[in-house]
Amino acid sequence: MAARTPLYDRHVAAGARMVEFGGFDMPLMYSSIRDEHIAVRTDAGLFDLSHMGEVRLTGDGAEASVQRLLTNDVTGLRSGAALYSVMCNEKGGIVDDVVVYRDPGGYLIVVNAACRSKDVAWMRDHLDGTELDDLSDALALLAVQGPRAVEIVQCVAAVDVGTTDPFHFVDTEVGGVHAAVSRTGYTGEDGFELYVDADAAGSVWDVLLATGREFGMLPCGLGARDTLRLEAGLRLYGQDMDDATDPYSCGLGWTVKLAKGDFTGASALRALDPKHPPRRFIGLRLEGRAIARHGNSVIARGRDAGVVTSGTFSFTLGYGIATASVDPELSPDTPLMIDIRGSLAPAVRVPLPFYRRTKGA
Amino acid sequence: MADLSAYRFTATHEWVLLDDGRATVGITDNAQSQLGDVIFVELPAAGTVVKAGAKFGAIESVKAASDLYAPVSGTVSQVNDALSAQPELVNREPYAGGWMIRLDGVSEGGVELLDEAAYEASTAG
Repeated sequence: MAARTPLYDRHVAAGARMVEFGGFDMPLMYSSIRDEHIAVRTDAGLFDLSHMGEVRLTGDGAEASVQRLLTNDVTGLRSGAALYSVMCNEKGGIVDDVVVYRDPGGYLIVVNAACRSKDVAWMRDHLDGTELDDLSDALALLAVQGPRAVEIVQCVAAVDVGTTDPFHFVDTEVGGVHAAVSRTGYTGEDGFELYVDADAAGSVWDVLLATGREFGMLPCGLGARDTLRLEAGLRLYGQDMDDATDPYSCGLGWTVKLAKGDFTGASALRALDPKHPPRRFIGLRLEGRAIARHGNSVIARGRDAGVVTSGTFSFTLGYGIATASVDPELSPDTPLMIDIRGSLAPAVRVPLPFYRRTKGA
Repeated sequence: MADLSAYRFTATHEWVLLDDGRATVGITDNAQSQLGDVIFVELPAAGTVVKAGAKFGAIESVKAASDLYAPVSGTVSQVNDALSAQPELVNREPYAGGWMIRLDGVSEGGVELLDEAAYEASTAG
C-alpha cells in the first residue's frame, strides 16, 4: 500500500484525484491540470511535496562527505544558501538529483521520493565522520509558486521573506509554526518551498490556502507540477535520467565541478568529453496538438535517432513540447519526427527552457 | 445535469444518440473526468465508414492517450470541427458541444448499448 503525506485527508476531502507516485498516494489534480498550471503562471499555486525525502548530514566530516557524494561544489555554500546538484555512482551515472541546504549545524539534502531508500543506503556507504538522519517522515514540504507567491507568504511569515534571495532560505514562523522558508521551486516561477514539522503541515496548509485564495492561488497536484517543470526545462529523475545516465548526457554538466578534487564518479566523468557526451539532451516543439510521451522514438532521416524522455502539451505556449535524448552526432538542423503510437509527428529542435518567466514581474 | 434518457452508453465509455438511422457519438462525463484536460481529439474524415466496436479515433489528455470506439456502425457524415480549436469542450460539455462525430446509415450490432442507469451502475465503485 502506498504511503500518505500528513495532508492526505485534506486532499481527499477537497476532491483531488489521487495517484500513486514515488510510493505515495498523491494528488494528481484538484480540478483541472490546465487551470492549476495557469494559476501558477499568472497568480499562484499551493503544492504538497511531502513525499520528497530529506536527509540531514552533520558532524566534523559532513562537508567532506557532501563534497564526495555530490558533483557540485559546496565549499562556497554559506549557511542559509542552497545548491542544485546530482549525485553520481562510480560509473558517473546519476543516483539522484538533489537540492542541498547549508545551515549552521550541517547539510540537508532533499531527494526524490522514489529514490529515498536507495539514496540513504548509498549515502551511508559513502560517509566519513558524518551522522545521517533520515528526516523524510518527520518533515513536510509545501510549496507556494507563482508571481504572487511573495505577497501570499508575506502575509503569514514572521519575517520579510521577499528579501530572501533565490536559492536561499530563512528560518522563521509561518502561521505561528516554525518553518524553513526557501526561495526555490520546480515550476519556473518565483516562489517558496516551506519545510515544516509533519505534525504542523495541516495547519500551515490551511493558513496558506485561506490566505492565497484572494490572490487567485489554487491547490495544485502533480499533474500541473509536471507540465510546469517541463516548460521550465527542469529534469525529472527516473524519466529524463537514471543510474545509467551521465550528467553531460542530460544537460546537467553545469553541476559537475571536476576542479573541486576527487568525488564519487569523478574519474568516470573525467573520461568523458563534456562537449561530446554519449547522448545529447534536446528540446523539441511539436507541430499541431500532437503530444509526445516518454519512450516515443525520435526519427531522423528514417532512422532511429533517440528517445523522448518527457513530453506534454504546453498550456503556456499552446503546443506540444518534449525533451529527448538523441545521438550526439545528429546535426542541429536535421529534420526530426516523433513516432507517436505509429504516426510520425514533425518536431522542431528548440533551446531549453521552453518557458522563461519575465524577471521582476 | 443534462437529460440523458435518450442516450445510450458503451462499456468503453462512449455515448450514442440515435435518431432515425442517424447517430451522434461522444464520450461520457465519467470518461472525460478520468482523462482530465483534453488536448487533442483525432477524428476520422467525413465519408469514413466506421464499424461498431472498432476504433474510430483517439483522444489525448495531458495524462494519457486513449482510443475511441464506435458504439454503432455507419458512415461519418459530420465531424465536430470545433474540437480542433477547443478540445476542452469535451471536458466542459461532454454530452453537448463536446460531441465528436455524426453517422448516417446507422446499424447496431456487436456492441452492447446500455441505458443511463445501467451505465452508471457499471462505473460505480
